Amino acid sequence: MTEDTIAAIITAPGASSVGIIRLSGPDAIDIGAKIYGGKKDLRQMASHTIHYGRVLDIADQTMIDEGLFVIMRAPKSFTGEDVLEIQCHGGSVVLQKILKSVLSGGARLAEAGEYSKRAFLNGKMDLAQAEAIMDIVGAKTEKSLDMSLKQRCGTLSANIRQLRADILAVIAYIQADIDYPDDDIERLSAAEMQEQISQILTQVENLTDTIKKGQIMRDGLKTVIIGKPNVGKSSLMNALLGHERAIVTDIAGTTRDAIEEYVNLKDIPLKIIDTAGIRQTNDKIEQIGIDKAKSFLSASDLVLFVLEPMAGLTTEDEQIIAQIADKPVIYLLNKTDLDPDGKTYGQIQKKLGAKPLLALSLKQNQGLEQLETAIVEMFFGGETAIEQEVIVNNIRHWEALHEGANYLSSFLAALNAGVSNDFLVIDLQSAWEVLGKITGETIEEDLLDQIFSKFCLGK
Amino acid sequence: MKEFEAASYDVIVVGAGHAGCEAALSCARLGQKTLVVTLNMNNIALMPCNPSIGGPAKGHLVREIDALGGEMGCNIDKTAIQVRMLNTAKGPAVHSLRAQADKYAYQNEMTKTLQNQENLTVKQLLVERLVIENHKVLGVVSHTGAIYRAKAVILTTGTYLRGRIIIGEYTEECGPNGQLSAKNLSVDLQKHGLKVVRFKTGTPARVDRRSIDFDRMSRQDGDKENLFFSFLTTEKNGLSEEPCYLTYTNEQTHQIIRDNLHRSPMYSGVIEGTGPRYCPSIEDKIVRFSDKAKHQLFIEPEGLDTNEMYVQGLSSSLPEEIQEQLIHTIAGLEKVDVMRPAYAIEYDCLDPLQLKVSLETKQIDGLFCAGQINGTSGYEEAAAQGLIAGINAARKLSQQEPLILKRYEGYIGVLIDDLVTKGTNEPYRMLTSRAEYRLLLRQDNADLRLTEKGYQIGLISEDRYQQFITKKTAIAREMERLQTTTASSKDETLQNLLTKRSSSPLKQGIPLAELLKRPQITYNDLLSLGLGDNTLPTAVAEQVEIQIKYDGYIQKQLEQVARMAKIENRLLPDEIDYQAVHGLRNEAKQKLNAVKPNSVGQASRISGVSPADISVLLVYLEQKRRQKENIHG
Repeated sequence: MTEDTIAAIITAPGASSVGIIRLSGPDAIDIGAKIYGGKKDLRQMASHTIHYGRVLDIADQTMIDEGLFVIMRAPKSFTGEDVLEIQCHGGSVVLQKILKSVLSGGARLAEAGEYSKRAFLNGKMDLAQAEAIMDIVGAKTEKSLDMSLKQRCGTLSANIRQLRADILAVIAYIQADIDYPDDDIERLSAAEMQEQISQILTQVENLTDTIKKGQIMRDGLKTVIIGKPNVGKSSLMNALLGHERAIVTDIAGTTRDAIEEYVNLKDIPLKIIDTAGIRQTNDKIEQIGIDKAKSFLSASDLVLFVLEPMAGLTTEDEQIIAQIADKPVIYLLNKTDLDPDGKTYGQIQKKLGAKPLLALSLKQNQGLEQLETAIVEMFFGGETAIEQEVIVNNIRHWEALHEGANYLSSFLAALNAGVSNDFLVIDLQSAWEVLGKITGETIEEDLLDQIFSKFCLGK
Repeated sequence: MKEFEAASYDVIVVGAGHAGCEAALSCARLGQKTLVVTLNMNNIALMPCNPSIGGPAKGHLVREIDALGGEMGCNIDKTAIQVRMLNTAKGPAVHSLRAQADKYAYQNEMTKTLQNQENLTVKQLLVERLVIENHKVLGVVSHTGAIYRAKAVILTTGTYLRGRIIIGEYTEECGPNGQLSAKNLSVDLQKHGLKVVRFKTGTPARVDRRSIDFDRMSRQDGDKENLFFSFLTTEKNGLSEEPCYLTYTNEQTHQIIRDNLHRSPMYSGVIEGTGPRYCPSIEDKIVRFSDKAKHQLFIEPEGLDTNEMYVQGLSSSLPEEIQEQLIHTIAGLEKVDVMRPAYAIEYDCLDPLQLKVSLETKQIDGLFCAGQINGTSGYEEAAAQGLIAGINAARKLSQQEPLILKRYEGYIGVLIDDLVTKGTNEPYRMLTSRAEYRLLLRQDNADLRLTEKGYQIGLISEDRYQQFITKKTAIAREMERLQTTTASSKDETLQNLLTKRSSSPLKQGIPLAELLKRPQITYNDLLSLGLGDNTLPTAVAEQVEIQIKYDGYIQKQLEQVARMAKIENRLLPDEIDYQAVHGLRNEAKQKLNAVKPNSVGQASRISGVSPADISVLLVYLEQKRRQKENIHG
């Protein structure tokens, strides 16, 4: 398969002092040479060299800009192909003109993620890293970007490699014991094996446990706002968003449909769903909204239950509370300006028992800070700092870790039951094998599906 | 030398060591008119190194050879003077049989078998070159100019290709034990485009039994039971049983070696060949494991009619005077008379990446290779390849598909797949750790795995096959019975036994199979409880017990096989030019083009082919497939 040469502006759109256009593929340097106005023949230049020159419009050989031409030859480049980057002045007009010139020189506009696709196909990164790139492209907040970057840089891969190496070390002892029964070689006692594998298992389980955090960081914390009509659900959403998004009126039942928004809350991406107020209604359209709200409720990670002092806690509310008993819920009493002595607050809190109730006045912009703190506390134990940790955010990785943990546990169980080494090693081999799926070191037939689902690969 | 037409055969086997014997016998038994040539008629099936057959993984190979209809198992059963089952503290998959052989008896028996084999001619001659035209082998030419024609040639040259013996500063161009070496054949092979590499191995000193103080060593006897390699053998050979002895090197021994390391050809650069890591010389052990205070040595008899004893663990290429000094520091060997000094031997062999999985060379049609010429070490490894090369040469001549054993079918499959896929940069020894599906590849079930194949190939007699079928049926029937018969909770003897073995008593009846799964209960217990079938042969009861007891783990291994099967079954056509596959790294392109793997699975085992290369390959295949679909669809 002969790949064509692709090109794209790789710096962010908008005004900036420097812009970069990247070409990757067999003709990258040739095309670069065509639009290079300078004394040198770029085609003859060595890899990893920088050349100053004018950037020409291919059509009429006029100068568009001046810039630096960076040559990186295969395989020592990000994509593993010949790469030429043109660093020029920023600003979309200049960049677009250069891109047009490059495209008329024979390059094709790169699709989203195509550079990383090529990098993966050229063996420049493993599957976990390639998947991380996909996540970087779709990162919701800086923290989730950071997490993806870590994976891109291979932190998860490095962790997995270490765990596999540790497992392999135990396997090696067992194998040697089997192959050299008569020799006085060093052998691991059952207690030593127990200790080493238990440690590995703990690490695997710790990684497995980060999935929830990881998914929240990647996909957002699915947060549903519920409450009776007109308690201030949409106002809460807008307050969190910092702008008016949902229609806010005094008329109960204005929010007919659910509205989804992403909010960056102390670097946690919150995927907020404002729902229609749940109440008995004859309005068909409103009923659809209410049904939808109920289904969102069951799929949510967090429920924000909004109450207000006038209505207090109704039987209807109590029914809903019973329904969401197993969900993380934060109860909010809005419109506290209508409850100046805190009497209603006290009554409701009493009814809720141990469940905490936050006082809120959206009108007076009070209580939002406490709400944000409460959410962070609830899901990250007060910390959103993930700098120290490797977090698993991909279900494929989680499955492999989970499977690996199962094999390691079954090894430990068999070890305690006094099963002999040659059987024990089977579980270790399987654990070693399934963990390798994360980095792509274990090759599976389904790998193909993974690749084809990540990257759109044409015929 | 004036050359002359001498005779014509179907197959010629060059060399009559362990590979050559199996190759020659299998070809002849499959009806091919076969010639086997040896440098010395007195050295057929010579054991130039250790006087034993079997051990971990190697014992498995012998069982498999036997199950396919090879000779090694029968031959060692006839000539064993001590047999032990090793690893019995571990599970059945790694139990491994090892026998001390009477070396001379072993040779005699094999020589008789060869000389009496129908369709087989044995000649003493030195092969100078091959007759090759248009990349096709047509025969061999002897040192006397005799041309022997054949449709296929199997090279089993052992360590004789440009063999060179080294003892300290002394070197001699010869084969083991000062035999003639074949100087011209490897040059001829290179002329025909085959790549030759140089390997090294070694053997320890032989000492006079009468001069050993056995009281200073610990004695090791064989097992009492009747243990045989061949599924055919039913009775002991009647030879008297001999013990082995264990002693150790000590600090004084090590000091002598350290002081004289500069005189070791390994370290002075006289030896260029690569030696095996797992069978190091004593000087290697001292250097590499400098923290070990002692190394164990086994003193093994070479035969019943000789006083020579083999000092296992003391392989060396140090000068003879140093060898003398160091051996006398060892407990029990203080006054020993060395009968033959230890020596290292260098020899030419072929890079096995030049072989197809059938063991035919890729470059030269009809030329097969087996044994040490393919970079292996060990009698058993050689014999296994000899058998397969013989079978496949015969099958080629009858226009049949080659016999290719999968990695989950036998150690032989692992051995050959490793060789032709990964190559080897040191003499390759079979180890159980090389077999990833070890639990399926037990020595006890080699017949169940392979005898059917042996029968279809034509190496298993109708009589033996019927015996095999009877055994198989009996196993199935007893398994069925144990699964459908209930052990009663009212059986007091049973409940008492369970309590005595600290296994929880039955609350209600359970199938006998479930009872047998308990680690505390054996088939013998079932027999004593009257719940077993005492008419069953031991081998049948053993199979039933293993298959039931370890069913959980066996299933796990089968799952592993199934996981791999998907990529094993994704075939790679021979005509792929990997240079043209965009995205493969250069090293991968070269390796893939050299090996030309049959499947993605095999490709994934090539060293230098990374998982990323495999994903590139999978994408390439998928795109090819879609293109094809596009054209046809």
